[in-house]
Amino acid sequence: MHSFDKILIGIAFSPNIIANIHEAVRLANMFNSELVCVHVGEKTPEKEAQLEEIFEKAPDLHSKKTLVFQTGNPVDVILETCNTQNIDLLILGALQKENIYKYYVGSIARILTRKAPCSVLLLIKHSVERVPCKHIVVNGLQDPRTEETIQTSFYVSQGLSCPKITIVEEVTQQEIHAKASDDVSLRKMKIEKERISNREEMRVKDILTHIPEENKNGISIKTQSIFGKRGYSIGHYARVVRADLLIMNAPNKTTILDRLFPHDMEYILSELPTDVLIVK
Amino acid sequence: MVQKESALKSFISTIPKNIFAGFVVSLIALPLGLGLAIASEAPPVAGIISSVVGGVLVAILGGSNVTITGPGNGLVVVLLGAITTLAGGDLHQGYLFTLAAIVFAGVLMLILGFLRMGSLSDFFPSSAIQGMLAAIGIGILAKQFHVMFGYITIKGSTIELLYEIPFTVYHFFVDTHNNYIAGIEGIMSLFIMVFYSKIRNRYFQLIPAPMWIVMLAVGLAYHYEYFLQQEYPVDKSLLINIPDNIVQSLAFPDFSNIFSIKFINVVLAITLISSIESLLSIKAVDKLDPQRRRSNINKDLKALGIATTISGFLGGLNVVTVIARSSVAANNGATNRSGNFFHAFFLVIFILLFQDQLCKIPLPALSAILVYTGFKLANPSNIAKVFKIGGEQLIIFMTTLLATIFFNLIIGIFSGIFITFIIHVILNKNFTLFTRNLLKPNVLMYKEDDEKNNYYVSVVNFCTFLNYSKLKAKLDQIPENEDVILDFSRCSFVDHTVMENVNDYINTFTSKGGHFEVIGLDLHGSHSEHPFALRRISATKRLASKNLTKRQKAIKNISEAFHYNYRAIQKKPFLFLENYGFFKSKNISRIKNVLSNKDTAVFDVIYTEGEFIAKQVVRSTMMHIKVNRDIPSFILDRDGLFEYIYHLAGYEDIRIKNHQDFSKRFYLSGNETKAIEELFNDELVLFFESNTYYHIEASKNGLLIVYKERLASVKEIKAMTDFGVRLQKIINQ
Repeated sequence: MHSFDKILIGIAFSPNIIANIHEAVRLANMFNSELVCVHVGEKTPEKEAQLEEIFEKAPDLHSKKTLVFQTGNPVDVILETCNTQNIDLLILGALQKENIYKYYVGSIARILTRKAPCSVLLLIKHSVERVPCKHIVVNGLQDPRTEETIQTSFYVSQGLSCPKITIVEEVTQQEIHAKASDDVSLRKMKIEKERISNREEMRVKDILTHIPEENKNGISIKTQSIFGKRGYSIGHYARVVRADLLIMNAPNKTTILDRLFPHDMEYILSELPTDVLIVK
Repeated sequence: MVQKESALKSFISTIPKNIFAGFVVSLIALPLGLGLAIASEAPPVAGIISSVVGGVLVAILGGSNVTITGPGNGLVVVLLGAITTLAGGDLHQGYLFTLAAIVFAGVLMLILGFLRMGSLSDFFPSSAIQGMLAAIGIGILAKQFHVMFGYITIKGSTIELLYEIPFTVYHFFVDTHNNYIAGIEGIMSLFIMVFYSKIRNRYFQLIPAPMWIVMLAVGLAYHYEYFLQQEYPVDKSLLINIPDNIVQSLAFPDFSNIFSIKFINVVLAITLISSIESLLSIKAVDKLDPQRRRSNINKDLKALGIATTISGFLGGLNVVTVIARSSVAANNGATNRSGNFFHAFFLVIFILLFQDQLCKIPLPALSAILVYTGFKLANPSNIAKVFKIGGEQLIIFMTTLLATIFFNLIIGIFSGIFITFIIHVILNKNFTLFTRNLLKPNVLMYKEDDEKNNYYVSVVNFCTFLNYSKLKAKLDQIPENEDVILDFSRCSFVDHTVMENVNDYINTFTSKGGHFEVIGLDLHGSHSEHPFALRRISATKRLASKNLTKRQKAIKNISEAFHYNYRAIQKKPFLFLENYGFFKSKNISRIKNVLSNKDTAVFDVIYTEGEFIAKQVVRSTMMHIKVNRDIPSFILDRDGLFEYIYHLAGYEDIRIKNHQDFSKRFYLSGNETKAIEELFNDELVLFFESNTYYHIEASKNGLLIVYKERLASVKEIKAMTDFGVRLQKIINQ
């Protein structure tokens, strides 16, 4: 498990800048981490002054702050900074569709999400005032990365003092060998489903035993198995239970085909259900 | 092994019942099989071959329970077109080409079965299917009406045939000809069909109407032969022609024309119509099954495919599942597929024993049966029914109907699909809603993790015939004796096809002891008050309150039963809600569906949390009760989710002495520790421990009961009301 010792935030002088910086400072304080602010563009006195002014109004930052100004391709600049500065967490803002309550990840952020060497936090709810985080949903897929993701989610929920974590085990339909076509096969399928649910529950329970007690303290833990499309169901679930943060494994290598035939992470990126943290 | 033996035993014990049901069905299947074949211009025996092959093979290989298979009404129009045109007017050659098409269609159906395309019929808007069926009915009626009067030579398109009807009637009554007896038999037969159900005589009803017609017609022929000693005054060309040796005169398909476009069209049309007709029938028959079993439609589709192929090779028509005959079987006590088998068995016996008698049946008598069937398919009252659901459904219905009549079935059904989609786009004024989300998954289903273990199903974006199969795939995985909550609140458009199908689910679940409830449609408006009308969320407020949803009507019923007042929309805000910490950080935007009396109120509340882009709209059902004494403010909660609220209010955790278990399970907090400890006496603690969990907040003289952050189903509302009333009694003491 990584701790978030260094957080990077990209700064564009957009209307959202104030909320972005407030949120970044708050997060840095919660995790006791350094904050690196990167602006892709020329360094001008006006910009510096404006930034100074915003930081003054924001809560005090407990640790070090670095400002980086660099020109070039935004993707390259941010990826390079991530590498040179040893960043642990990259914060990106999501874009909003014209019809009000839908958010998606823009093309730049999408590339960054895929290529970043560190964990990525996609924010849709950045605001000046703090909105408390009440419920975290984390994936419990059968995947080598899952254990680390679940560990990270406990670390994060301690940092955000979030009282509830739900671990969602998504099971694809293909894993159930029985098909419900009449009463007999339906019964078979039900039994098979229960068996798989129990198996998944055991697997997650096993992961939970590896997590230090002090991280689990004061957090109510729930598990939920869902049979459905992987990557999609968890997003829909997060929306239904109105989770404040969704934590997911980093996707495996994706190709152009994955954009054409979306699966897993792509469902989430094309319509963010809430804030999303992708753990690497 | 024991189980197998007992299954065999119970199967044997049902055989007498099924033999009887099979016999009754064969009485109808005989005249219908002959009639449908004649109406398609095929040899009469073709219809019987189809019934026999279908009855035997589907009974052995099929996956449904009380269905009957044989030649179907829907195919008459397609087959007639194929036989008359495939060989340029040579009926016999056209029939042989059509047999080849039937063989191919059977193979295609078999493939559809292997591809698990049993959900094929779900992709068609229901109004379009209705329009198509009505067009088929008109097609049958237009052609057979002339035959009923004894005129078998009139040919032309459906429109021309319809136009000719008054002339046929005129000629029959005014001109001199020698068709009188045949024509009068036809008209009498029609009367029997129409008035059969009106005659309430047990003995008369023992024999089905078509069989009465056959018996009377044959009886009349004998009357002439033996009593009047005259020749039967019906022309040979108007009598059924059954070859003396059926086995020797079987026709075999001619495959020499299989690469022509026309032929391929016929194959596709037969496959499409017979699959749709079969699937719709199976679905309908499942509702008639007294044991409420679920049919394995894919297995049935495969069996129908095999049966159709073999029937085609033997010179029979294609095999489909037919609703009318199946419902007769179910009503006469059929319990399994052996009923279908026995119906085939009796048909063989009839053909072998009564061949001479069957040859005495005049065509007009059989046509009368078909005229009646056609009229029932195209019944004008269907149009009224469709119009009640909504004007837009009538447009879909009429478009499909007219396109089918003027062009053909394939063009008809696809124009129905197209117009439905266009109407949906126009109604929503949004094209991208459909294109963007069409291929994305949109259904989530999971078992709620609490003591009730409901299945919760949520649908987003839109839900229409285009993606209904996704919803269906999930719903079909739920055993029908469970509780299901289907939530459409995140779905901005639900169409008529989905509403109708969902209603079928509600009925099936109810009849099998489960419970299926739809929530989240109260915000969607509709233009008609029909329960299956399509609903979209952008409709105006006025519209939404005018036509109550099923849930709203149910709540209204509760209000009448329990003497509450019901209001669909609460105009005056509930000011007392502001006293509760729960609403400190939330803005109430609307209150709906209020059930209230003097001191209690149950209501749906729609509130928002957060501001601007972080704003979330939440819908929840709550109950508020007034108590008649001062009580301390407290919050009772189980998940500790609302903890942050207590800290905002400066509340502290409170543990009740002597009730460790209670303190372990619930988070109780407030500032007046002493008063709260007094309030939570043994009785109250026990009450909370032994009942369903609700989040409860108390302020000065009221209690707010919150269930979940979603709307409650009607069943849950009842449970909540009961909980609240009992809680009120205990606290008031």
